[in-house]
Amino acid sequence: MKHTLSVTVQNKPGVLSRVAGLFSRRGYNIESIAVGETENPELARMVIVVDGEKCNIESIIKNLHKLIDVLKVQDLTHESMVERELVLIKVKADATTRTEILQIVQIFRANVVDVGEHSLVIELTGDEGKVRAMLNLLQPFGIIELVRTGVIAMARGNRASTTGVRSSRIA
Amino acid sequence: MAALEMRQPEEQSKKSTPVEMTAGQAFVECLKAEGVEVIFGYPGGAVLPIYDVLYSADIRHLLVRHEQGGAFAAEGYARATGKPGVVLATSGPGATNLVTPIADAYMDSIPLVCFTGNVATTAIGTDAFQEADITGITLPITKHNFLVRNAQDLPRVIREAFHIATTGRPGPVLVDLPRDVSTTKIKFEYPEQPDLPGYKPTYKGHIRQILEAAKLIAGSKRPVLYVGGGVIASGAHEEVRRLAEKANLPTTMTLMGLGAFPGDHPLSLGMLGMHGTVYANWAVNECDLLIACGARFDDRVTGDLKRFAPHAKVIHIDIDPAEIGKNRPADVPIVGDVKAVLQVLIEKVREKREDAWLAQIDEWKREYPLTYYPQEGVIMPQAVIEAIYEVTNGEAICAADVGQHQMWLAQYYKFRHPRSHISSGGLGAMGFGFPAAIGAAVGRPDRQVWAVTGDGGFQMNAQELATVKTYDIPVKIAIINNSYLGMVRQWQQLFYQGHYSHSDLHDNPDFVKLAEAYDVPALRVTKPEELLPALRKAADHPGPFLLDIHVAEEENVFPMIPSGQSVAEMVGLKGRLES
Repeated sequence: MKHTLSVTVQNKPGVLSRVAGLFSRRGYNIESIAVGETENPELARMVIVVDGEKCNIESIIKNLHKLIDVLKVQDLTHESMVERELVLIKVKADATTRTEILQIVQIFRANVVDVGEHSLVIELTGDEGKVRAMLNLLQPFGIIELVRTGVIAMARGNRASTTGVRSSRIA
Repeated sequence: MAALEMRQPEEQSKKSTPVEMTAGQAFVECLKAEGVEVIFGYPGGAVLPIYDVLYSADIRHLLVRHEQGGAFAAEGYARATGKPGVVLATSGPGATNLVTPIADAYMDSIPLVCFTGNVATTAIGTDAFQEADITGITLPITKHNFLVRNAQDLPRVIREAFHIATTGRPGPVLVDLPRDVSTTKIKFEYPEQPDLPGYKPTYKGHIRQILEAAKLIAGSKRPVLYVGGGVIASGAHEEVRRLAEKANLPTTMTLMGLGAFPGDHPLSLGMLGMHGTVYANWAVNECDLLIACGARFDDRVTGDLKRFAPHAKVIHIDIDPAEIGKNRPADVPIVGDVKAVLQVLIEKVREKREDAWLAQIDEWKREYPLTYYPQEGVIMPQAVIEAIYEVTNGEAICAADVGQHQMWLAQYYKFRHPRSHISSGGLGAMGFGFPAAIGAAVGRPDRQVWAVTGDGGFQMNAQELATVKTYDIPVKIAIINNSYLGMVRQWQQLFYQGHYSHSDLHDNPDFVKLAEAYDVPALRVTKPEELLPALRKAADHPGPFLLDIHVAEEENVFPMIPSGQSVAEMVGLKGRLES
């Protein structure tokens, strides 16, 4: 099964390559990775999705903990969480298909962000299931290009996952 | 794998108010505050500001003849003393020459702090002269590394570098110093404590797990204690002996663990694994409980993992949680410093003695001792190790290079003390032995240090003869010379139809003349009767001495479990191939 890891790291140069290097060196395959600053600008969050069938998730978490710049690792997979991905889909569309595509966009509460003579660019936000469902429906029209941000995720509830996490003083 | 004591900077630096100085000067002050006795180094453009400080600083610096030799020497120093080894190199080629020793220290968990120069911060990323992205290059082979962009950060970075290198599971740390950083003025104050919120090694084992381990030991009929390098890093050799003696546990050591338990102890099984003793491998194969202490189930120990210790429950004690369950699932995992865990475990374990098991092992020991077959008029390589053992009363520090002689040293020198056997275990880096012996001799002037090396490996860092000459470092070099890359030749003989492809070294240089060129006294030894007198002469000589010992050319290391196989496929049980 897929695991969604939320990794809190020091927000400083080189940390992404340390984490990415760990995955490649140990032979773990990253399905997606999304990185950004947290509410504390000294900390960054990486949301990493990995396939637990192909690699030992426990070993990944232990090895992530060994990186000095990694402050906290959470496996959100079995927690109550919100998971979202932003995708841009450029799909073939002409006068005969446009209406049908727009109906699908409406059902999924997606947006059309660009209209071309023979195409539409659709912006969709959702979890993995929703994205997959929409892509399946659009497939017959012809998908020209697909860009995905990778999943970001957050545990539900009142607490911040950075609670108690402190960065070091060195920038 | 294990912990070293947390070291505190000297009292005076704690109390001092900030003093203005260049970061290069601060570099030396930081090393002094860390108690560094010696730096192994080699100058170059990017570190000239630091070398200018060293010109008049009261800290010992040894000029090596190659950065790789310097870093191996720093490793040898660390392995022999338990203190961090320090090496200094310039940018670009100086830095890349450190890569092999860094990888070596990473594999064997050796505390090594490497300082490299780099081009000025303004030139980084421009492919400037002698620029190399050494932090990028060493990312996967360091415990951590730093590129110091802001000179004011330097004292804290050095404090953290030493802390990371020496605590938890020790390892190499690299600090990259751009040229302009070294000349920048800073307010120097050495931080009291490192500031590393993401780094908290676990030292204390979980008591419930320790009680569980004690219960398993009490219930076992055929226990084996399996001891690795973590025991030496942790300083847990006394605890290992006490545990083994209290529960009468037959004890086997990995290559890295030799010396963690006395090799001449009645409970010692010697080394296990590919070239381990028959009785160690059989004991592990038959045991119902395997107690792993600071060991990592390396493939040279286990062979085919699925058939390794097939009847055993496993207790695995290690300071690095990522090692537990990595290769072999543990029935009782214990994360913690081996010494701290064993201190509790010894209290909880009941005295016991499994007579039938011990009798079985003694029978194996009698039937299948380590053995070899002398040839008339030829020096046997195993006999050289036995003779060195005799001449040094088993009390020397011996640094091995890599290959057949390394295995013979591990088999025939019954190391009694920790930090006496120095070997490139995980990486298996040829060229290691001689410079590592130099570092060991610098760190332990009270002990005699031998470099037991091969004719191949010695040539990979032979230039360090100049270093031993310059500083009169009394290393005894024993070249076990069989005019082959012996281990390569052995594999070619056994697995490649005797095709000795590029492993023939009969065109070796005259090692005696080579030593003489460096003004190091040397002797060639070709006859068995010359061996002991020559070894005694080398041992009694006050300074460095080289012996070029010509041995049986096509002798093989036995017993042997071929790579990836298991104890059932072990060959050479009686010291040669069964016909």
